[in-house]
Amino acid sequence: MSLYTPSHRIAVSYIDKSRELYLHRGFGNPYRWASHANAPFAKLNKPLSECTVAVVTTAVPDEDAGSKRKLWSAPCNAIPENLFTQHLSWHKTETHMDDLGSFLPLAHLKDAAEQGRIGSLGSRFYGIRTTFSQRQTVQEDGPAVLEMVRQDQVDAVVLIPI
Amino acid sequence: MSLVSRYLEENGVPTVVIGSARDIVEQCGVSRFVFTDFPLGNPVGKPGDSDMQKAILEMGFNLLESAAFARTTVQAPFVWNAEDDVSWRKSFMEFE
Repeated sequence: MSLYTPSHRIAVSYIDKSRELYLHRGFGNPYRWASHANAPFAKLNKPLSECTVAVVTTAVPDEDAGSKRKLWSAPCNAIPENLFTQHLSWHKTETHMDDLGSFLPLAHLKDAAEQGRIGSLGSRFYGIRTTFSQRQTVQEDGPAVLEMVRQDQVDAVVLIPI
Repeated sequence: MSLVSRYLEENGVPTVVIGSARDIVEQCGVSRFVFTDFPLGNPVGKPGDSDMQKAILEMGFNLLESAAFARTTVQAPFVWNAEDDVSWRKSFMEFE
C-alpha cells in the first residue's frame, strides 16, 4: 500500500488530550487554547511567482536557546543542518526530527524559488516562542515578526508549528 | 503560531499554516491551513521523504493562491504508515 490516501478524515484532538493530561496531573484549571469566532484574511496581491516568501518555525538554534525561549531569526543563505526541538511537544516515541525538511523546508523553498514557483525566499527565517502567554504572542511576537517581514519586504508567510 | 498568523493577516500579510494539530489551529482561526494528519513533529512530510515534503509545501503555495476566504483548510493526502497503523494517535500524551 502506498502512503497516498485521498479520503482520510479524522484528527486527534490535542485540546482534549492536553486537558485530560493536565487534569490527571492535578491541575484544576486546564490551559485554554485560543478561540475566535472570526478570522482575518489578506489576499495575495500579485502572482506567487513574484512574491518573496518567508517561513516561521517554533524550533530554536540549540539547547540553550530552548531554555531561554527568545524570538530569533537567521539568514536563509546558510541553511542549518538541523535545529533544536527537544523542548517541544512532538511525538517522541513515534518519530524523529533529524530531517529539517520535515518541519522547516528551507531547501524546498529555495528550489521553489529557483524553479520560479515563488519569486524568492525571504532573506531570513523567523523563530517564535512557544509560550502559555497568549498576550505575549499577540502583543510581542506578532508585532516583532511583522516588523521583520516588512524589513525583509516579504509578501507571504508560511508558518509551521511543530 | 496561529496567533502570529492572525496578527500578520490583520496587518495585510497573507499567510498559510502547515500543521498537524487540526483542532488547535482551527479553533484559533487562521486564514489558510494545510492539515497533515501525522504525529506532531513533521507537518511538512515524513522525515526522509523529500517528494512528500515538496507535495505538502506545494499545497501551501496553492492555498496562498486559491483560497477565497478565511478558515480554508485542506488536508494533505497522506497517512503516517503504509499499514495504516494509527496507534500513534493513542500513544501521545498517554497516562496510566
